Amino acid sequence: MTTPQTVKPAAVHTDLLLEPYWAEVTGITPEIDGVSTYWVKFADTSIQKSYSFQPGQFNMVYIPGFGEAAISISSDPKDQAGLGHTIRFAGNVTRAVSRLKVGDILGLRGPFGTSWPMKSLEGKDVFIACGGIGLPPLRPALYHIIQNRKKYGKVTVLYGARVPSDLMYTAEYDAWRKAGIDIEVTVDRGDTNWSGRVGVVPMWFYQFRLDPHKTAVLTCGPEIMIRFVIYEALARRIPLDNIFVSLERNMKCGQGSCGHCQIGPYFICKDGPVFRFDALQPFFNVEEF
Amino acid sequence: MSSDRRPEIGSTISIQKQTLDTILGRLQAGGFQTIGPRIKNDTLVYAPIEHLSDLPKGYVTEQVAGRFRLINTGHGRYFDLIPGAQSWKQYLFPPRVDLFSLQKSGKNWERVTSPLDAPSYAFIGVRGCEMAAIQIQDKAFMRDDFNDPIYRARREKVFILAINCLRPAGTCFCVSMETGPRVKDGFDLCLTELDDAFLLLVGSEVARDLLVGVPFEPASAFLLNNSERALESAVNQMGLTLDTSDLPELILNNLDDPYWQEIAKRCLSCTNCTQVCPTCFCWDTTDQVNLSGTETHRERIWDSCFNPGFSYQAGGNTRPTIRSRYRQWLSHKMGTWKQQYGTFGCVGCGRCVTWCPAEIDLTKEISALRKETQR
Repeated sequence: MTTPQTVKPAAVHTDLLLEPYWAEVTGITPEIDGVSTYWVKFADTSIQKSYSFQPGQFNMVYIPGFGEAAISISSDPKDQAGLGHTIRFAGNVTRAVSRLKVGDILGLRGPFGTSWPMKSLEGKDVFIACGGIGLPPLRPALYHIIQNRKKYGKVTVLYGARVPSDLMYTAEYDAWRKAGIDIEVTVDRGDTNWSGRVGVVPMWFYQFRLDPHKTAVLTCGPEIMIRFVIYEALARRIPLDNIFVSLERNMKCGQGSCGHCQIGPYFICKDGPVFRFDALQPFFNVEEF
Repeated sequence: MSSDRRPEIGSTISIQKQTLDTILGRLQAGGFQTIGPRIKNDTLVYAPIEHLSDLPKGYVTEQVAGRFRLINTGHGRYFDLIPGAQSWKQYLFPPRVDLFSLQKSGKNWERVTSPLDAPSYAFIGVRGCEMAAIQIQDKAFMRDDFNDPIYRARREKVFILAINCLRPAGTCFCVSMETGPRVKDGFDLCLTELDDAFLLLVGSEVARDLLVGVPFEPASAFLLNNSERALESAVNQMGLTLDTSDLPELILNNLDDPYWQEIAKRCLSCTNCTQVCPTCFCWDTTDQVNLSGTETHRERIWDSCFNPGFSYQAGGNTRPTIRSRYRQWLSHKMGTWKQQYGTFGCVGCGRCVTWCPAEIDLTKEISALRKETQR
């Protein structure tokens, strides 16, 4: 099975199956309507010290009485003090998260899964095409690129949201641009104040010059968007092994045991969520697989 | 014969049938809960047994797609019946098992229960297909990168008395899956039932120690020959066959074949096949909460890829149709399982065929898919 070669930090978990570590909510940043970032700190200081993750990995977030949900980590991997999860309130667990206040306790297990291949992207142009809640798992990669800006070529983010008010992390765009990252946004529907792009992410590919010899495409978002992003990337002769996709499925364990997140031979929680596209290609166009 | 000999590993001994009672007694004295086939509520289950007399002597089972009948023929054998819906899976990977309980104290949650001790089981009557199923689940639950503490604690203690099947049923196809009728390995003792004796192939040190002082004879050439002939004859009595030569490619290369829809017209998505399957390992978790929300009890329960909610998440349902769910099940069993764990996820026990209320027989469906794709 070919998945990106990544260093996986060992997940923190106890000997008891699914027993979480407890973490305190230290801050809540409202992002857009129905999405907030939860900043947490482990109650156990030795865990807090030893915990580390790679861009693209996720944690299982547990709310006692409600259950667990797989949530990608959206904060800076270098920022040991601030572990952030940008969460859309969509299911029963995440709605329970939405009722938490600063100082409340939640359970965490992780980090799980593969990460964006930051090492092998060095020297390449990086084209990030993402939509909606697909940006948070890519933000740690952006922080990493910014901290190591010279190691990467041209870096472009093409990010789409449904409406202008759904664009996330807008307060950071200036800083990202100053750091040499081209942030380009588009919305499905504009409003009276909107003068930017209108349309889905894949249809704006034509505005960017992607050199197939040195560009890697990273994508995350709704599966339908990912599919068309890949068509656009392939149409520009980006090699299969330079396209990286982060997928989402229902997950219960995060360790390739519960069986829920399978796609073909892969358990998305352990063989993914970040896949090199050549590994996914045989299954990617099979409907409902 | 002197009574303190220990038979060598790999040797076959013969014992009087009632001597099995001595062995059961010793296992029980050694702290094992002896589990075996027995008739309960008019059907065949795997449940605690104490004596040889608890075994379903004289019974056979008649099994075809969608049909299971227990028949008392009055013959003198204890192990001539092919198992029912239950498998050993329920003892190693329990359908419902406690994970932990939490109690709220202030804003914190505290664990109020310690994990239960795993029971020591002695499985009496593990068939070749079932032994293979246990070995397949071992690969899923005891990996280098994931170790299921509940499964492992039970698995490491278990004593296995395996059975060579001599009377396969109408839905058996272990020969096709190369898991039986002869049990290959992994057992402590492997029993072959003849008319007047049990032959025991010794497979472990634990079994050797267990047999010290038990009256036995080395199996005679005559009995060994009888047992071989009976096993050869069992090979030819398989109710079903499955050509695996073009698997998993046949399935994985035809995931979009219209034939999946034909199966979906009959499949009820009832989850029976996954519940009776001895290798299916998918699970879910639940929180049982008190009304005030101050206590929660977390459990692990069996899940099934046929449950509509199995692949449900905030972004939608990955497999909303029966077509996609049946295809997931079969393409996992006979396809991607091989890539994951190096074997098929099917051992040819036939349970999914017997217990399908719509009489769907995967061996026939695979043959039909093959014909469709060759057109």
